Parts: sequence; structure tokens; C-alpha cells
Amino acid sequence: MSDLDKINSIFNAKIDSVKTKEDLQNIKTEFFGKNGQITQQFKTLGSLDPGKRKEFASNLNKIKDDLTNQIEQKNFDLENLEISEKLKNEKVDITLPIRPYQNGKIHPVSQVIDEISSIFSEIGFSVAEGPDVETDYNNFTALNTPEDHPARDMHDTFYLDKDKKLLLRTHTSPVQIRTMLSGQTPFKIIVPGRTYRCDSDQTHAPMFHQLEGLHIDKNITMGHLKGCLDYFIKEFFEVKNVKMRFRPSHFPFTEPSAEVDIGYKIENEKIVIGEGDKWLEVLGCGMVHPNVLKNVKIDPKKYQGFAFGMGIDRLAMLKYGINDLRSFFETDYRWLSHFGFDPLDVPTNYRGLSK
Amino acid sequence: MIITLPWLKEHLQTKVSQNEIIQKLTDIGLEVEGTKEKSSELGKFKIAKIIKAEKHPNADKLKVCDVDVGGNEILKVVCGAPNARDGLFTIYAPPGAVIPKTKFQLKVAKIRGVESKGMLCSESELNISNESDGIIELKNNEIDIGKSYFKSKSEKTIDISITPNRADCLGIRGIARDLSSTGIGKLIPLKKKKFKQSIKNLIKTSIKKDPNQGCAIFGSCYIKNLSNKESPEWLKNKLLALGLKPISAIVDITNYVMFDLNRPLHSYDADKIDKEIIVRDSKDGEEFEGLDNKKYKLKKGMCVISDKSSVLGLGGIIGGTKTSTELETRNILLESAYFMPSSIRKTAKELNINTDAKYRFERGIDPNSILEGLEIATELITRICGGQASKFTIVGKNIQKSKIIKFDIDKFENLIGIPISINEAEKIFNLLEFKFKKNKKELRVQVPSWRPDINQEVDLIEELIRIKGFDNIKLVEPERKREQETLNFKQKLFHLSQRSLASKGYLETVTWSFTDSKIDKQFSKGEKEISILNPISSDLDVLRRSIFSNLAIHLKKNQDRGYQDISLFEIGPTFYGKNPGEQQIVIGALKSGRVGRKSWIEKDRDIDVFDIKSDVVKSLIELGVPQQHLFVSDKTTSCYHPGRSGSITLKSEKGPHLAYFGEIHPGIIKKLDFKEPNIYGLEIFLKNLPEPSKKIRQTKKSFKSSDFQKSERDFAFVIDKIFKIGLLEKIIREIDNSIIQDVKTFDVYEGENIPKDKKSVAINVTLQADDKTLSEKDLDQISKKIIEVVKEKTGATIRS
Repeated sequence: MSDLDKINSIFNAKIDSVKTKEDLQNIKTEFFGKNGQITQQFKTLGSLDPGKRKEFASNLNKIKDDLTNQIEQKNFDLENLEISEKLKNEKVDITLPIRPYQNGKIHPVSQVIDEISSIFSEIGFSVAEGPDVETDYNNFTALNTPEDHPARDMHDTFYLDKDKKLLLRTHTSPVQIRTMLSGQTPFKIIVPGRTYRCDSDQTHAPMFHQLEGLHIDKNITMGHLKGCLDYFIKEFFEVKNVKMRFRPSHFPFTEPSAEVDIGYKIENEKIVIGEGDKWLEVLGCGMVHPNVLKNVKIDPKKYQGFAFGMGIDRLAMLKYGINDLRSFFETDYRWLSHFGFDPLDVPTNYRGLSK
Repeated sequence: MIITLPWLKEHLQTKVSQNEIIQKLTDIGLEVEGTKEKSSELGKFKIAKIIKAEKHPNADKLKVCDVDVGGNEILKVVCGAPNARDGLFTIYAPPGAVIPKTKFQLKVAKIRGVESKGMLCSESELNISNESDGIIELKNNEIDIGKSYFKSKSEKTIDISITPNRADCLGIRGIARDLSSTGIGKLIPLKKKKFKQSIKNLIKTSIKKDPNQGCAIFGSCYIKNLSNKESPEWLKNKLLALGLKPISAIVDITNYVMFDLNRPLHSYDADKIDKEIIVRDSKDGEEFEGLDNKKYKLKKGMCVISDKSSVLGLGGIIGGTKTSTELETRNILLESAYFMPSSIRKTAKELNINTDAKYRFERGIDPNSILEGLEIATELITRICGGQASKFTIVGKNIQKSKIIKFDIDKFENLIGIPISINEAEKIFNLLEFKFKKNKKELRVQVPSWRPDINQEVDLIEELIRIKGFDNIKLVEPERKREQETLNFKQKLFHLSQRSLASKGYLETVTWSFTDSKIDKQFSKGEKEISILNPISSDLDVLRRSIFSNLAIHLKKNQDRGYQDISLFEIGPTFYGKNPGEQQIVIGALKSGRVGRKSWIEKDRDIDVFDIKSDVVKSLIELGVPQQHLFVSDKTTSCYHPGRSGSITLKSEKGPHLAYFGEIHPGIIKKLDFKEPNIYGLEIFLKNLPEPSKKIRQTKKSFKSSDFQKSERDFAFVIDKIFKIGLLEKIIREIDNSIIQDVKTFDVYEGENIPKDKKSVAINVTLQADDKTLSEKDLDQISKKIIEVVKEKTGATIRS
């Protein structure tokens, strides 16, 4: 057995019994220190016969590299062992709850307004607004509902003055008047907003939300109205087909006027929109009355179009299974948390309107 | 409007099924709201006799009645009516019956300790009239006991919702005419029966030429020597089927004609008329008693029917007790008139009266139906009650011109989107009894006098498509193109702010735009109070001046339900004037309670003003205002704690007002009696948020990547206690924008070792240059400069 083999076998015996970094340091000194066994061997190189020197040097370097690697490996193992030992004592109960936080929510009315705006945006409608306090003229007269018109009885109106000239708008339709008076044809708007009527019971709230739609241009027909609403209802309820019927009705500001019903059925106590043999009234609509166009200085011989109005709260109730209209406005923490939407759920067309 | 099928079929010859009729009605715009089988519902209501009525042992106003309902047993029924008495014949509803007015289903129940098997009914509860003061009093007739009160058992009623434009369909004949136009049946011509008109009208009638005269035509017939009586069964059953109470033949006949032909009539006891009938404007303060037993005080200019001495009735609205017909009445004057809708409406609204006649006249009665009404009613009256009828007297004249509308058939397609043939149009007009002359593609249509709603071409188009069917309109798919932005800047902010606040843990709510004036007063900033003339309740009496008013009310309600740590916000209008547009959109939020309550890991603490400040600042930044443009000062309003609140303006103190925030004033907290008194609020005023003229990408500096190191230096300044640290930070930041990257206050200390009027402020400054790592020398230089400038501008010294 050569000297190198001997060194190797001694080293192997020792390295296996190393338990601590200190042991490892001792081995390092024993073999690579100033008087270490490997160091000693290198010192003999000069005295060797040149014929043997090359081979011996090569063997010596090999063994040096080998031993160095083993020491490094051992060092690495020892460090790992040390960390694992340490971590053993650092265990927490990971099932403990997270830090307290509050979950904010978006009100269903706001969410549904976002959804509706997104749907109508696709077909080129933009959002218009108007004040909550209106004149009697804008709310009624300009909409072809003069003072003694019985249709006024259907609107239980909140008034702000004795002469009854100032009121809380009973519908979003006065925004039609404001928009057409201040802008240029064509008009293609939707108007979501607060509306007010002074009756209050299980199914009526003194304030509710309406969505008005208005499209005025040349050659807009009732066929366009039908197409627009068919598109909207399908998109809103996220169904491919929807059973829908237009029923003649009367609004002073449209002629012809229609109410729109959609088919539904009840399945497992839940409402299914779009099919079934029951009808649900969802909106009123019609072709804008020529008198209204005249009132806003638009020539009804050149321009015509449609308007519609629907209850936003009611749409929200239908889509999200909310039973009580009044609960929308009661600010019950539990209700808001239950029916509210995550602020990150922004309705978009490409990612879908709702989760 | 309620109709029955047999009655409808008196005018419409048809073979189609009931369901088909119902479907057709809805299809042509006469929406069927519901149908009801009489037998199941109303058959349960029985004629009964109170044997004995005794005071309830436990209630002064109640009685315990022994009631004979025709069975073997005498039932005990508790009744609160003052007129419940021994021997009274009335109407009994057994347990299980549904009360028509309230839709409430009766059950056997103990009332104040005494079991009541069913109930005794008032007219109002049965929807027969508005009479609710006592239970119904029927004629004594022992053999009726136990019989069903509503006789026409098997008749199905159809409840149709008639839109305000369709006055003509407030009579069954009008509905039949509309149905006939769809081709499901034929309108049966009215048969006129002959009767004698032998005597003279003894009552002179005249219409005065008064300024407001609301009556255009007044027709009348004098009938003498009749004997008024109970109506024959067929007539009573007809009225009962519609839910009307039979009264006497004369009254029932006038009602019958009204529901049949939409022709309201009125009958006066002619012997009670003082000489003559004068239709005139009322004088201010005139009084009369209506048939509803109410006394009315009239204002000037209402259309009244009067005689020589007093007012007899309000024309077209309600008759008076003075000349009301009774069973004993022998001579009557029958009225058939035309009253102007606007006049009717004004008067009825003023006096708050609603009657079947008023409802019809205000929608527009056929002015040409006066004669027809007189003829049919006079024939019926003389047939049933006998007597001799006079010739008809008709004063006044029809002031409505007959309307002729030119109709170009192509206009139909222009508006509806599908064509209609001239033949089809002619057919529909014929069936609706519109007369017309044809000239190629143009029709000159004469509008029937019973259709006041038809005034122009578009109204004719509606008639045609209504009958042709809305189902036939082909839908046009909408084009998916957008030529203008969907939302403007402020609208985008509106939506963004909702999500901004919600993402900070606030629950969005929507509350009324009106509120309780007592609460609103606490939060107002001095705007004028805006009262609602007719609020639904006294605690919702004003438009809100502050977004906090309702939030506070609801926060309290939630606290009362046991929820203390709550964050709520609303975005919506607040009002500063009662004119349109005197409103602004405000984002308001309230936050109450503690942070980290009942947490195993966080030490819990009260919410403080810096929580709400951080929410408002972060939101403003998210809404596009750069942080360095937020100028914070302590000038706030009276609803906040004066020491723990702030306002944020744009760029400087004088800039537009962006927000307020802070602790809600403890005085308000106390007044409103909050369970958890630690409450903070924020208000952001949307209209003042600046609209940037450029997109962010256009204004952002270009980014230079760099490996140079940043450095930090800490400073401890001793500065006047009242000096605002916000300003100190700003002074430091502005010393050298290119090098000073960040300034952070990390300690504020007052007390030992610091003079009483001073505080020590520890500030950390981050320093970095674009072009190099700063050397010790550079850093010393800038540090020196910071100390110097701060000293010069604030008087602060560096703490040694």
C-alpha cells in the first residue's frame, strides 16, 4: 500500500466519524494544515526522481481534490443538519387564523349598473345623467304628459314647493329632455339613476333605480327597439335564448308603446329566466312620441327613435335572487356582506359579466 | 276594469274559448291582470243573523256575538263593529275564507281570550264600497240565512288593466269592439227598444256661461210616477259579479249603463230639486254633502249642478244627498252629460274624490253618447219601475270637432319596420269603427268620438300594429360599434371610487336621498334645509345636505344589532338648494370601532384619525390626484372633532376642496346615542377632483435604470410644538428634488429634555442621485444644507 493509499484510507475512516464542525476542522488541519499529511506529501515532490515525480504529482493532486470535496460535502451536510435542527424548534400552528381584515363589498345596484353599462357600451350607447330634483315641465309636460293627464296619477310624486313646480323625478325620462335639448342628433344614451315615488310597501320603495334608454336617429324603427332589448336581456341574464313578448301598452311619451315580458319558470325554488310558460314584466318601451321630439326642437319628420325604461333594482333581484326590494336600502351589514360583490369583480365583456 | 264573460258576450259574438279571449285581450294592450272564479272565493260569504250581541269580557270595544249562519250550531264570533246588535242580518265569513280587501285568510283565533269562529264583514272588507264604519246591514229575511251572499256563483271575472288613454274600454262594449277587430268575434249591434215619451220635462235645465264652465252638454229626461224598487235578479247579479253593491233599481240601472257602455249617468229625485237645474261654476265656500256622506267645501270655479237654492252635486264626479233617490222616490230627473276632463280632474284632485264617474270623465267620455245613454236608461227605468218619461232635453253643444287624420300607409313601415297592406289597414279600421276615405296610398281617417286618445298619424299606426300584433315586428340585430366613449371622466371616477373604497374594507350601501331633518341638521355645513312637501314619513322629511346623515342612522342600527367594527360608504347626491342641479356627488364613509378586536395575533386598538386619513389619501391617489398635490390642513367643519380632523385641498389651501376626514364630533355621537362611540368619517367631493389634460403615460418621466446605491440619513429636529410636520416634510422635500427621494417622519416626541413649547421630530431622508452613488462628502454637504434650510425656514435646531 502506497503512502497515498494509506492517507486515503485513514481519511475515509476519520471523515465518517465526524459529528461536528469542530471534528471537521480537525481533519482539515490534520491533512491540509501546515504539517498536514497531504501538505507533507507535497513537500516530498522536489526530492523525487523526475521519472516518478510526474505520476506521483498527478496522483497526489487527484487525492487532494477528492479529499477537499469530501470535506466540503461534509461541511454542507453538517450545515443542513444544523438548519433542520434549528427549524424543528420553529414550528407554528399554521391553522391559526390570518390577521383580521375587513371585506369591502360593492352594492348589487352598483354592480348591476356596471353590468348594464358594459352591455350597452358594446352597441354604442353612452351614459348620460340628470339631476334628481326636476321641474314639473321636464318630468311631465315635456314628456307629453300635461297637467291634467290621468297618467300623472300613476306617478306618486314628491314635491318640494307649494306650486308643485319642483319635484323629485319620478322616472329617468326627463334626462331624455335634457340630453336632447343640449345636444345634437343622433342620440344614443342610457341613463341609470335614482328615481322617487311617494309610495312605500313591500314591493315599492320611495326611492328606486331606473335605467332609461334613448336612441334617436334617422330611420330607427320598432324593429331596432326589439333587437336592442332582445340583445340586452340575453346579455344581462347571460342566456343564449330568451322568450320575450312585446305587449301593447301606453306611456304618454311613446307611441306606439309596449311593455316587455320575459318567460320564466321556477325550478327547485329558483327562478329560471328565459324559458317556461310564466311571464314577468321587465320593462316599458316605445317609439318616442312626435310631441316629445317637437318639445326638444327636433323635427319628427326627419328623426325618430325609441326609448325604454326599466327598474334596475328589479333586474338585480331577478338575476341575483334577492326577494325584498326594501332590503336594498336598509344597510344591514349582513345583507350587504351577503349580496355585495367583491370590488375586484368588475363586469367586463371579455372576462364575463359575473362570476 | 272587471268584466265577466257572459256580459262580454252580450256584445261580442264569438266561439273562441275563454283562454283565447284572455290571451287576445293582453295581445291588444288590454292587459289581463288576473281572473277569478267567483264561486270558490266569494261563495263562502253567507247571510247570517246575530242572535245576541254581548260585550266582550276583556275589551270595551269588542262584542261577542251568537250568530246563526244556517247550520245546526250557533257560532260565537267576536266583532268590533259598533252596529253589531241583536237581530241584525249581516254577512258572515267562515274560517278559511279570504277577505277580498286584505287578501287575508281567516282562521279560528282567540281574540282577547275569546275564541272567534270567523268574522262579520263590512262593505269595505268585501270591496263593495268604502264603507268601513260598521258591518253590513241587510234586510231582515229569515229564509236567506245561510245562503251565499254573492249569487252569481259560477261567473268568472276578468280583471283588465286599462291604460289611461283607453277611456273607451272602461265600458264592456268598448272592450268587445276592440276584441272584434282581431277577428275572434263579431260586435253585436246595439238593439234599441222602443218606449213612450209622452210628457214634458218639468225641470228646466241650463248651462251658465261661466269662465271655468266644465260642462259642455247636459241632457236630461224627466220620469214621473215611477216606483223605485229592488232591482230584478239579473241586474243585481250583473252588478254583484263586478263587485258592486245593488242599491235600488234606479241607481243600479245608471251604474249598469256606465259599465256597459262607458256612459255615466246620474239620477235626481226631481221632487227635491228647487225649481230648475243650473250648471255653473261654484262660488268660494259653497258647501254640499256628497253621496259618500262627506261634507265638501268648494272653491271658486268648480263645475256644480245646482238648483235655485243650493248645490246638488259636483258634475261628473259625485251627486249629493239632497236630491238622492230613495226607494220612495216617485219622480226623477235622469242626467246624461259631458264634462271636460281637465275640469273634472282639477276638482276631484282638489277635493280628493275618486268615483267611477270621475275616473271615466277625466279620461274622456264619448260626447256623442248622451242620447244613447238617456234612451237605454229611460227604457230600462220605465220597464222596471214604470212611470212616464218626458222628451229629452239637451242643452249645450258638442264643442269637440270631429278629427280627420291623413294617413300615409308607408309611414307605418317607416316607424314599425314591417309593411302593412292597405287592405289590412282598412280592415282593422273598419272593425274598430273608424271611418275613412281612401285616396291611393293615403287614407283620410275620421276618428270616432269615443277615442279622445287618437290625435295624429302615429296614433293610427299604433292602432294598426296593436291589432296586427307586436309579435309580427321583425327584430333588427344591433350593430356592435361604438362611436363615442361610454363614460365621461366624472362617470369613470364615480365607478372607480366605489371600488376604491370597497377595496379598503368598506361595504357599499345605497340609502334614500332624503333623510331625517333632525339628524341632517347635525351634519350640515350651513346649507339651507330643503323640505319635502309630502314626505312619506316625518323622519324622511328633507333632502339630505350631508352624505353622513343616513350613514349615521344606519351605522347606529347596525351597532344596535351588535355589529361594532363596521365600515360603510355611499356614493350619491347631496343637496344644497332646491333647484334642479343644486346637488353634488359625494363619496361618504363611516368607520367605527376597533382594529384587531379579538385577534390572537394583533393587539387590538381603537380606530384613529390616521386610519381614516390613510383611506382618504389612498383613495384620492387612486382617483388620480398625485400625492404631492394633496394639501392637508386642519380646517374642517363642525361635524368633526376640531382637533382630530382635516381637510384636503388641491395643491394649496386655496385649491378646490377634495375631501374632509376625521373623528365625528363627540357631541353628535352623544346626541345620536351610538353604542360604539369611536366613529370616523370621510367625505370626497367628486366634482372637485381634477381632470388631467393628459394621460398618465404622456406625463410620466422616462425611467432610467441604475445600479447606484441609495443612502439614508436621520435627523432629529427640535421645533415649535405648533409647527405642522406636514409642512416640515414639504420643506425638506423641496430642498433638492433631484437628490431627496423620500422623507419619512419616524418619531415625534414631547416631554423630558425638550422645552415645553417644542417637540422633537425624527426624520429619515432617502438620498440618491441619478448619475452616481453619493460619496460621504456629498452626503455631508446635503445634510448640512437640510439642517440649514430647516433652521432658516422653521427655526428648528438639530437635537444634540
